[in-house]
Amino acid sequence: MNTTNKEAHSDIEELLPWHAAGTLSRRDAQRVEAALARDPELARRYALVREELDETILLNETLGAPSGRAMEKLFAKIDAEPLRKPVLSLNFGVRVAGFFASLSPRTLAWSASAAALAILLQAGLIANIVLKEQSAGGYETASAPSTDPGVGAFTLIRFAPQASSDDITKFLEANKLQVAAGPMSGGLYKVRVAVTGLPKAELARIVKKLQEDKVVGFIATTE
Amino acid sequence: MQTTSDEVLIARIAGGDRLAMQVLFARHQVRVYRFVLRLVRNEATAEDLISDVFLDVWRQAGKFEGRSAVSTWMLSIARFKALSALRRKPEQELDDKTAEQIEDHADNPEVALAKKDKAAVLRQALSKLSAEHREIVDLVYYHEKSVEEVAGIVGIPEATVKTRMFYARKKLSELLKEQGIDRGWP
Repeated sequence: MNTTNKEAHSDIEELLPWHAAGTLSRRDAQRVEAALARDPELARRYALVREELDETILLNETLGAPSGRAMEKLFAKIDAEPLRKPVLSLNFGVRVAGFFASLSPRTLAWSASAAALAILLQAGLIANIVLKEQSAGGYETASAPSTDPGVGAFTLIRFAPQASSDDITKFLEANKLQVAAGPMSGGLYKVRVAVTGLPKAELARIVKKLQEDKVVGFIATTE
Repeated sequence: MQTTSDEVLIARIAGGDRLAMQVLFARHQVRVYRFVLRLVRNEATAEDLISDVFLDVWRQAGKFEGRSAVSTWMLSIARFKALSALRRKPEQELDDKTAEQIEDHADNPEVALAKKDKAAVLRQALSKLSAEHREIVDLVYYHEKSVEEVAGIVGIPEATVKTRMFYARKKLSELLKEQGIDRGWP
């Protein structure tokens, strides 16, 4: 065996533990598999690695588990911690993941449209934030409708799992609705139905009408 | 059945969700405990340390950037806590060394019986490895960490991870040879 081959052999041999544990990249795993197929001595050494892996797992499994005391102690410490304000800087990916986690397995079958929806609604939310920032710096006439997403009449909506992003876009446009916040816990969105406050009876009428749309899974009035 | 990912749990923990903390703790406590126990070799200390590890997770969740798996991040915290505890309690290291010496001279009937069982001898040899070698063997074989992840947890270059694992295995062969088992390697 020349020096280059020896180096290659040594390189492959160093990877054997990770190959046994299944944590190599696909490319490296293929390199190791090819080397094992053509080198019986390497294959014999790989069998040693497999033995080590099996016994390491067994050894660790016999170490037992912590008692309930560890959890009690942890939560006593957490209780003693100052109350935490919700973190607003959660990245978008995690928020979307949280949104998916709140969905039922059946709903996940619609993940493609749900992902599109999440992006769409997030875009709506960002647009609202931008509008809010702009309105804070500008001026409004007394009679002009407010663009502040905090002003108006609102509902909480959870969209039906089978609703596509197209369905939802059309629903929002047709009813002149604006997503003000979300997704919140339970996949709910705060949706503005009017730019000014409405009498309760009027808001209830609108909610009843919107409820009939197949896009809506759940709807309720909110402040 | 859908399982909430560790990353989602961490995001919820960052928002102060205790239920998410309970789920994460239930999911990882045993593995973190075993990792710490193999380092500190004291059950009471290991239990104390895991509550400290998860308290750090609770406090630091908002800073978790997802550059590594949550389990890798927690093992890094656990390792730091375990090594700090060992530095604070040198007498425990002494106990550790004493225990190793007892094991080294353990050519008693129990060990003689174990010698008949190659797997048992192998497990005994795994226990006799130095803390540095034990740690890397556990991370690779039991905790299923990649070269890159081990490098992140231990804080060494990836090339060093590979050579350290190689030397840990070499030492294992030497220990087995002392017990009369020649693996024909290295």
